[in-house]
Amino acid sequence: MKIYVTSVLVDDQSRALAFYRDILGFEVKHDIDMGGGARWLTLVSPEDPTGTELLLEPSGHPAAGPFRSALVADGIPFTSFMVDDIEAEVTRLKSLGVTFTLGPMDAGTVKMAVFDDTCGNLIQIIQMKAPS
Amino acid sequence: MDGEGLDRVFRALADPTRRRIIDRLRQRPNQSLFELCAASVAEGTAPLTRQAVSQHLDMLEKAGLISVTWSGRTKLHTLESAPLQLAWEHWLGQHIDGKPAATEGELK
Repeated sequence: MKIYVTSVLVDDQSRALAFYRDILGFEVKHDIDMGGGARWLTLVSPEDPTGTELLLEPSGHPAAGPFRSALVADGIPFTSFMVDDIEAEVTRLKSLGVTFTLGPMDAGTVKMAVFDDTCGNLIQIIQMKAPS
Repeated sequence: MDGEGLDRVFRALADPTRRRIIDRLRQRPNQSLFELCAASVAEGTAPLTRQAVSQHLDMLEKAGLISVTWSGRTKLHTLESAPLQLAWEHWLGQHIDGKPAATEGELK
């Protein structure tokens, strides 16, 4: 068994695509019309085009709103991505207007930062620290 | 500060995790629950679980020891030391001569 897809719940798939593709830099892998206005919309990292896909999943379920609001209220990221140089990535994203709620800060074996994806989620990025 | 207020402050202080949260918030105001938990991992001390921290923050807030503000939709916590000062003035101080050396600078 393999993990081929992981999802984030997004308010609006088109707006999410603009953020995850145009700002974060991921590339569309699948964009399939599922009917009723919903798409099976997945992206991959250009650094790992055959890797796990990120599914931008509509957050229409009634439980999604309270769940995501509670996470954001506590500052808890919905999911986490890895970068090689977190300082450079934070600078790059800030220059594109991304709002950070935390960091970069030291968190043990990683450095991490948290930003707002503008689609209803906080997202964490981490950089693995070299073993000392 | 009345008796009930004193009770709330001393009850809030009577827990090592809540004292750790107070120490963390003294270092840096405006922290979310997530940041408090993440910082405990970085510290290398016993990790603070989100559920436990959530309950401790409620108790500290009821004792007036932390204030809450919102940054967008995220709740941030800041230490309020006034209840500690009042607990000193209204009860602790009468039993102890002078102030502890470590806090003198901060109380000026």
